[in-house]
Amino acid sequence: MSTPEPVIPAVFVDGVSKEFILPREQVHTLKERALHPLRRPGHDRLRALRDVSIAIEPGEFFGIVGRNGSGKSTLLKCLAGIYGADKGDIYINGRLSAFIELGVGFNPDLAALDNVMLNATMLGLSPREARKRFDSVIAFAELEEFVDLKIKNYSSGMLVRLAFAVMIQVDAEILLIDEVLAVGDANFQQKCFDEFERIRHDGKTVLLVTHDMNSVRRFCTRAMLLEKGRVVAIGDPEAVGSKYLELNFSHEARAAEAQEAGDAPAGPAQLLPRLDDPQRFGSGEVDIEDAWFEDETGTRTEILKTAFECTFVAEVVFHERIENPRFTLELQNNHRTIVFRASSEYKDPETGAFEAGRRAQLRIFFGNLLGPDRYFATVSVERQGGGWLDRRERLLTTIVTGTIDTGAVVQFPYDLAVHPLADATTLEPAHE
Amino acid sequence: MSAEPFDIAKLGRPISGPTATGNDWRRFWTLARTLALTDFKLKFFGSALGYLWQLMRPLLLFGVLYIVFTQIVNLSGKAPYFGIALLLGIVLYGFFTEATAGGVRCLIERENLVRKIDFPRLAVPVAVVLNALMNLGLNLIAVFVFLMVSGGGVRLSWLELPFIIAVLVVVGLGFAMLLSVSFVKYRDVAPIWDVILQALFYATPIFYTVQTIHGPHAEAIRRALLCNPLATVIQQARHALIGGPGYPSAATVMGGTVWLLIPASITVGVCVWGYLVFRRSAPRVAELL
Repeated sequence: MSTPEPVIPAVFVDGVSKEFILPREQVHTLKERALHPLRRPGHDRLRALRDVSIAIEPGEFFGIVGRNGSGKSTLLKCLAGIYGADKGDIYINGRLSAFIELGVGFNPDLAALDNVMLNATMLGLSPREARKRFDSVIAFAELEEFVDLKIKNYSSGMLVRLAFAVMIQVDAEILLIDEVLAVGDANFQQKCFDEFERIRHDGKTVLLVTHDMNSVRRFCTRAMLLEKGRVVAIGDPEAVGSKYLELNFSHEARAAEAQEAGDAPAGPAQLLPRLDDPQRFGSGEVDIEDAWFEDETGTRTEILKTAFECTFVAEVVFHERIENPRFTLELQNNHRTIVFRASSEYKDPETGAFEAGRRAQLRIFFGNLLGPDRYFATVSVERQGGGWLDRRERLLTTIVTGTIDTGAVVQFPYDLAVHPLADATTLEPAHE
Repeated sequence: MSAEPFDIAKLGRPISGPTATGNDWRRFWTLARTLALTDFKLKFFGSALGYLWQLMRPLLLFGVLYIVFTQIVNLSGKAPYFGIALLLGIVLYGFFTEATAGGVRCLIERENLVRKIDFPRLAVPVAVVLNALMNLGLNLIAVFVFLMVSGGGVRLSWLELPFIIAVLVVVGLGFAMLLSVSFVKYRDVAPIWDVILQALFYATPIFYTVQTIHGPHAEAIRRALLCNPLATVIQQARHALIGGPGYPSAATVMGGTVWLLIPASITVGVCVWGYLVFRRSAPRVAELL
């Protein structure tokens, strides 16, 4: 029996490091050089990437997340070939197209055609290919009426649409995309999302750099978290997203940042999912044992009704003495958007001290305004000041039903009135 | 990532990061041409006469110069067609000024592109030179118009002009490559180059001809002047376009074809030097900007 042929990665990054040298006082002029020939300006070394390795298989939708300055854009620029890596190798297997910024090279004084040609040429198309795609670009951007307008007269939304359309029309097998999702009006955003879905279905490889955890959850098949130039986590987008949140909000991370201690491997152990459950994170000092919803009568239920009071209940056991733990509930809808977050932090941070072995019940009462859909609840218990004691992602699901489905995410109670107006109050100019 | 489940040899070669020329000459050329054409189009965009200005402007400017230097100030000595020779000199030197002064700032002006897209970096200075070349073409049309109006005839030696201009392009490109990356590192390259351009304007026989130089060392001075490739180019262009005893060939002025090796080697030297400096700096230009 021969083993199946191993897949050759579309993108393979092998131990890449990148360092920037930032002079403390920039010597920009010959005069300065001439006056101080012996003075060597001091410089800081910024290690933007430290020994990063990833293998991305063809067809993956790969998310790269990280806080500001974590090196994600540098990595993208190395992959795009804009920066050369100092150490390590990058292998790209297929035609690659990088979108670091929308509309690079657009000239405000030119009309759409010239700009599309210019932009497409910069992105690597031949003039003939670019011309062939022009109509579909304009159609996608919904700018048929404005083709002859100089783009400086475009609204910013129109400009973004044009730029995005050009970018999406370049056929490449591997796409690098840097935070371009937060653009355009809602309608166009939806179109972009649809386009991402299509790209994913076409089996193209996409690397998406973003801050937006919702888009990572929604599109990515795998994700990676960078912190100070190092890969902190790689794997399931949900898990990586949680770690990202942890990094972002934990005070420990901020304290560590203040110290910036050399090359010691970062990442406390509780960042990793627990071995027994990949959707579970935390130190294990607390266990969330059970959780359920109750309806307005206090009966345990899996179906909640829109516009009724309901209660979320969780039972927790403490294995260590913990003071003022923070309890949080998050509800995600089917699109993995977080639609509701309730936390003791916002209500009453003084939750009390719990001795080892004590049990506690968390009850969250809320009026259910959610529209009919399936929802997932994530429960977490955190140490005051950061650090998960236990976090159970998508621990339970619930269905919300209602007599009316407006199709909206939430259904607020509202009143509606229509009053006929008397003719005298209509806006007629007075003649007398 | 130590034990890959696949054969690393199948990955091919690692990517190299940005380079001066890239590995696809077609793409390089398309890019340079598109950039140059865009700039060319934009120059008179929005003016009522549009492209017509590209042709009208040199004609009008040269008209003024022609009248001033042939009717009012007479520097010509006895050389016939002095006005034409003057125009030709100005046009050729104008190309050099445009290509190099534009070359100095070109990478900074295209910063947005350089920092956001991987493309052959050399396309930027090449586009500047191409753009200057297009303007030179239009200016030369104006020069021919004046030549015809002044009664000049068609000559076989006009065929030399493309080669002469090619030499000029090589010099201009060499400096453009050299200056563009130098300016990224040292910002005072720009004012220094402005001064050098001024000095070169007077050191090059543009508004005078080498024949007007007299004195005991005239021969040596003329030879020294023509060591400057710009002077050689202008002298030879005048010889090719107008001809006659007033405008001897560059070889004749220098006293032998062998002497032409000096400006020729300067030309080649500048271009090679410029290319080497550019190639070395290209991978890091995006970081330095």
